[in-house]
Amino acid sequence: MQKLLLLGDEAIAQAFIDAGGSAINSYPGTPSTQITEYVIKSKEAREKGVVANWCANEKTALEASIGVAYAGKRAMTCMKHVGLNVCGDPFMNAAIIGTKGVLIVVADDPSMFSSQDEQDSRYYGHWAMIPMLEPSNQQEAYDMVFYGYELSEQLGTPVLFRIPTRLAHSRAGVERRAPLAQNPISFPKDASSFVLLPANAKRLYRSLIDKQPAFELASSTSGNNRYYEGTDKSLGIVTSGIAFNYLMENFEDGNCPYPVVKITQYPLPSAMLGRLYDECAELLVLEDGQPFIEEQIKGCLNKGKKVMGRLDETIRRDGEMNAEKIAKALHREVPQGPAVPEVVTNRPPALCQGCPHIDSYNALNEVMAKYEHGKVFGDIGCYTLGFNLKAIDTTVCMGASITMAKGASEAGVFPSCAVIGDGTFGHSGMTGLLDCINEKANVVVMILDNDITAMTGGQPSSAHNKIRRICEGLGVAPEHIRDIIPLPKNHAENVRIIEEEVAYNGVSVIIPHRTCIVELKKHLGEKK
Amino acid sequence: MKKDIILCGVGGDGIVSVAKIISDAALNVNLYLKQSEIHGMSQRGGSVFSHLRLSDKPIFADVIPEGRADIILSSEPMEALRYLPFLGPEGCVITNSEPFVNIANYPELDKIMAEINKVGKRVVLNANELAKKCNARPNMVLLGAAVPYLGIGMDKLEEAIHHIFDRKGEAVVNANLDAIRAGFEATK
Repeated sequence: MQKLLLLGDEAIAQAFIDAGGSAINSYPGTPSTQITEYVIKSKEAREKGVVANWCANEKTALEASIGVAYAGKRAMTCMKHVGLNVCGDPFMNAAIIGTKGVLIVVADDPSMFSSQDEQDSRYYGHWAMIPMLEPSNQQEAYDMVFYGYELSEQLGTPVLFRIPTRLAHSRAGVERRAPLAQNPISFPKDASSFVLLPANAKRLYRSLIDKQPAFELASSTSGNNRYYEGTDKSLGIVTSGIAFNYLMENFEDGNCPYPVVKITQYPLPSAMLGRLYDECAELLVLEDGQPFIEEQIKGCLNKGKKVMGRLDETIRRDGEMNAEKIAKALHREVPQGPAVPEVVTNRPPALCQGCPHIDSYNALNEVMAKYEHGKVFGDIGCYTLGFNLKAIDTTVCMGASITMAKGASEAGVFPSCAVIGDGTFGHSGMTGLLDCINEKANVVVMILDNDITAMTGGQPSSAHNKIRRICEGLGVAPEHIRDIIPLPKNHAENVRIIEEEVAYNGVSVIIPHRTCIVELKKHLGEKK
Repeated sequence: MKKDIILCGVGGDGIVSVAKIISDAALNVNLYLKQSEIHGMSQRGGSVFSHLRLSDKPIFADVIPEGRADIILSSEPMEALRYLPFLGPEGCVITNSEPFVNIANYPELDKIMAEINKVGKRVVLNANELAKKCNARPNMVLLGAAVPYLGIGMDKLEEAIHHIFDRKGEAVVNANLDAIRAGFEATK
């Protein structure tokens, strides 16, 4: 079969198409975006009638997948790790229902290359008591999508599929399998299984508990978790996902002298780990993420053999795993190139030249400079880089700009401004704005409308061309919804408009509207 | 055969495209490869890098460990220095001599070049100038300069350029081919 050069993300996408996936519903988020984007752009997927959508947020996306699964078809929802927080409600309850045919792909971001935290999604899967897959390379990522759907359909459970940034955004040759047909439409045999009334939910939760041994049996027998024999039993090593590669990188041709248990499927195979524990003097646990396996092996009592890993900082607790950290933990020589010369300065990411946000921030900064205690609550997107322009005071999570501005205003902050992009406003800004209206909060909300979701590479924005109407519908007074064009030549006028709205005691919305400069250049290029 | 290559530069300068071309060629000569890159927040005009690993044996890690790179290929001189800790004892730095100045405190170029000149094996060329003559981007010239060190023949890279750029038309393909040949000739 043909070998394709694919990112880990793309391998998952191609496998989704090949494994008879019917619908992918997602919200963009680095490093997961390229999965859904690949399916959207795939001619093959289009020809097969595969549905591929960007949704308003991760919650709406996952609920759509549960709907697809209700109709008996294979569904996928992809997101970044913090997106899993947004869809925590359908995630937990899809587990109770025992939703078949749903893969939830979550891309974690150890070292926070493009994120606000490095939460490890495996805790979510554990909490929801569902099986998880954590491939160690692109080929496994491809193959495990097929396996994940089989597992999901056979055992009646959604499956969490975890990848880190380095797998999501790394290419390798991937061999394809013969494509499967999509499932025909069918409905749940037990009509009550999708109705989580307490009486049903109690029964379904019990059934989820009763499935746990089957989940572990699958982990122990699928071949995804493997015991590698080793001659030096002074140490036994447990690896999860791509940490296996970083370990093997340290040995010529991957000939590790220590016994190794390679984990790529959860729940943990306890017999396999028990054998390693019994045979070896000490254990070292290597995970690209938080100490999820390590905590389970160690337990809070930590009685028994020495277990090393992130908890005792044998491997630094924060930051991504790498071969060097493992070399150090194994007391092996760590090669080192020349140091970075002192003359080298940082080159932090910045807003692009000609970016409309720069003009919006210049105007806002001029207004805010007149107030000693004014605060600007920021949000998630390219415009978070406004921090470097001293234009925003906070960034917490998607949508928090508007709600934090409301809370701060009610606590006495004036002026209290929110800055949020059009994509983020569609994702989770609207409900917060409704709160502001209902409580008559004294806030100025700037919705920076650049026509797309820019940070993740230009996906359509769910509120596109609807922002003014949404604000009006939520109850913002039409005369306090102000459209401005963020350009240097409009600076004085824009400053005046922002000042007027700061002076108004109530909810104001200012919509600076100009297309993202990167997107504009893309379109100009296409027209050539 | 094993080549660990750090490609580095500034967000948007096309260094990831170079990685793609080499990868395409490597796959065609049946080498194993892994190529990791950076997207999202860290891309916006900031320092960017891609790790490209080629080998005739299976490759484990997606990223190159420090002190092991065979080549650092940089689209501008300060970024080449930033990744020096990755350079192996026999490694070579190939860099554009033209700085990309998008920050107020960009150091004096003389000081940067003095550090570049301390590197044992180095290839320094003005890729902007050569690229202009070919109506191509400097990254393609740099790719040409790297050819003698890649362990993949020029013909295979030319095939890859056809494969990747054919859909953009003959003019783009030819400009890119001219640029890699110019880079190759300049450093032969």
